[in-house]
Amino acid sequence: MLLLLPILIPLAAALLAALLPARGQQMIGVAAALAQVLAAGTLLAVLPEGGRVSLMLGNWPQPYGIELVADTLSAALVLVSALLGLAVMLYSFGRDDQESATRNATTTPLMLGLLASVAAVFLAADLFNLYVWFELMLIATLGLLVGHGSARGNEAAFKYLALNLLGTLLVLVAVALIYAASGQLNFAALQVAGQWPDVAAGLRPYLGLLLLALLLKAGALPLFAWLPASYPVLPPAVLALVGGLLTKVAAYVLLRLSGQVFAVHELWLEALGWLALLTMLVGVLGAAYHWDVRRILALHIVSQVGYLLLGIALASPAAAAGTAYFAVHNILVKANLFLIAGLMFASAGHYDLRHIGGLYAARPLLAVLFLISAFSLVGVPPSTGFWGKFMLLREAFEQERYVWGGGALAVGLLTLYSMSKIWLEGFWKAHPEPAASAGAIPLPAYAAVLLLTGLILVMALYPEPFIHLAQVATAGFWHQGSGT
Amino acid sequence: MMLMLILSLSVLVAASVLLILSRDTLRLVVGLAMLGGAANLMVFLAGRPGSVLPPIIAAGAETLPAAANPLPQALVLTAIVIGFALLCFALVLIANLARQDARQDSDALRANEPVATDPIKPPVMEP
Repeated sequence: MLLLLPILIPLAAALLAALLPARGQQMIGVAAALAQVLAAGTLLAVLPEGGRVSLMLGNWPQPYGIELVADTLSAALVLVSALLGLAVMLYSFGRDDQESATRNATTTPLMLGLLASVAAVFLAADLFNLYVWFELMLIATLGLLVGHGSARGNEAAFKYLALNLLGTLLVLVAVALIYAASGQLNFAALQVAGQWPDVAAGLRPYLGLLLLALLLKAGALPLFAWLPASYPVLPPAVLALVGGLLTKVAAYVLLRLSGQVFAVHELWLEALGWLALLTMLVGVLGAAYHWDVRRILALHIVSQVGYLLLGIALASPAAAAGTAYFAVHNILVKANLFLIAGLMFASAGHYDLRHIGGLYAARPLLAVLFLISAFSLVGVPPSTGFWGKFMLLREAFEQERYVWGGGALAVGLLTLYSMSKIWLEGFWKAHPEPAASAGAIPLPAYAAVLLLTGLILVMALYPEPFIHLAQVATAGFWHQGSGT
Repeated sequence: MMLMLILSLSVLVAASVLLILSRDTLRLVVGLAMLGGAANLMVFLAGRPGSVLPPIIAAGAETLPAAANPLPQALVLTAIVIGFALLCFALVLIANLARQDARQDSDALRANEPVATDPIKPPVMEP
C-alpha cells in the first residue's frame, strides 16, 4: 500500500483540484506535494538496505500481474521528484502577479498528474506499464504546453506532440516485439529470459528500437529538436517541473533497462558513448549561442543528459552509481535554475539578457542563490556537480576512455561560459532601461528556491551518505556483464 | 489470416511514414494516428492471432494449446484508448493552429523560434 501512495496522492489531488477555484488549487497542490514527500520518504526509510519492496496489483502471480517495485534507486528518485514538486507548488503559492496570469484552471491539476506519472514510471516493473505512464506524462505535458491556447503555446505543443508521440509509438512497437520474442513483460522475468542465448540474440534488434525511442525521450543528439522548441513557452514553475524531471525520467529508464534488465551489446554501448559526447557538446554550444535565459537553460538540459548517457555507456557499477548521483544533482540544480530565472524575470522584467541587468545590486540574495546553483551546474568543487562529474570522469579515465572524459571536461568549461554570461549580463552590468520597475518577490517563491538550494548544499558539503546511497541503489547493475 | 494482417501492417506503416514526412500539419497527425494503428496491430500480432477458441482452460486440463493469447488483446485495448485520446487532442490542436495560420505548414510555425535577422545574435523574444 505504501508503494501506491506516491502515485495515488497526486492523482487524487489532481481530481480534487480540478473542481476547486484558484486559491483552493494552490492549497491542494502544496498539501498533496507535502503528502507525497512524506509517503516517498517513508518508503525510502522502510526499505531494507539494498533490498526491494514489491506489490502485485490484483494479486495475480508473477509474471502475469502488474507489478510495482521500489528499490533504493526508484524510491530515492520518487523522493527527489516529490521534493521538486513541493518546491514548484510553493513557488507559485499565493502569487497574483504576472506569474498567475500565465496559469489557468488546468495548470495545477496537470502538474499533479505529471508528478503522479513520474512517480509511477520510477516504480513500474513491467514494460507495458512503463509505456502507459509515459503516455500519461505526455498528455499532462501537452496540456501544460498549450496553457491558454496562445499561438506560441499551440505551436510548442504541436512540435512536442509530433516527436514525442512518435517516441511513445516506437516504445509500444518495441514492447510488442519484445513480448513476441520472449513472452515476458515483467522486468524480473525478462532478466531471466534474457539469459537464454537464443532469446537474447532474438531480443537484440527490438531492444535497439526501445533504446532509440528512450533516447528520443531523453533528448539525445539527433532527436532533441522538440526540447528547445517547446520548453521556453512554459511559465517558470511548470518549466522547472517539466525541464527538471522529464528527460531524466527517460535516462533513468535507460539506466534501469540496460544496466539491470537486459544484457546490452558492447557495440551499442560504444555508440552510446560517442553519442553522449556529441550530445554534451552540441547542447552546450547551442546554449552558448542564446541570450534568452530560458533557452540557455533548456539547451543545457540536452548537454547534461549527455553526462547521464556517458555514465550508462561506461557500463560498470561505479559508473551507474555516478549516473544515479548525477541524475539527482541535475534534477535539483536544473529546476532551481529555472525557478531563479523566473525570479530574475519578475525582478528585471525580461528573460533576454540584453534587456536586463543590475540584479546583483537590486537582489543580492538572488545573486548568491544563482551563484550556488550555477557553480553546481558547472561542477566547481565542492558542489554536487563536482561530485557527480568526478565519479563519472574517474570511471571514464579508469576505463581508458580519454576522449569521452576529456570531452566531458571541455563541456564543463563551456558550461562555465554560459553561466558567467548570465552572471555578467543579468547580475553584474547596469540595467539597460533603469526606469524599468522591479517587481517584488513574494516570500513563498523565495522559500521554494531556498528549499532546493538547501538540498543542493547538503548534497554538496556532506556528500558521503548520498554517494553511499547511490552505490547501494546501483549495486546490482551491470552484474550480468556486457556483451553477452 | 496472418498474411492479411502482415500485409495490412506493412501498408499502414508505409502510408504513415509517407504522411509523417509531409509538411502539412493535418497529414502529419493522420500519419501519426495510422502509425498508432500499425503499432496496435503489431501488439495484436504478438499473441498468436488466428484462433477463435475462447481462452478458457477446460476443467481438469492444465494447458490450452490452440487458443489465442488474451494478454496482448488486453494490452491493445489500453493502447487504442490512449491513442484515441491523443488523436482527439492533436486534431483540436491543429484546428486551433489552422485558425491562427491558414497555411497549415509546419515550416511556417516560427512564432516560437523566429528566423534570426542578426548574423551573430539570436532574435529577442518577448516574454
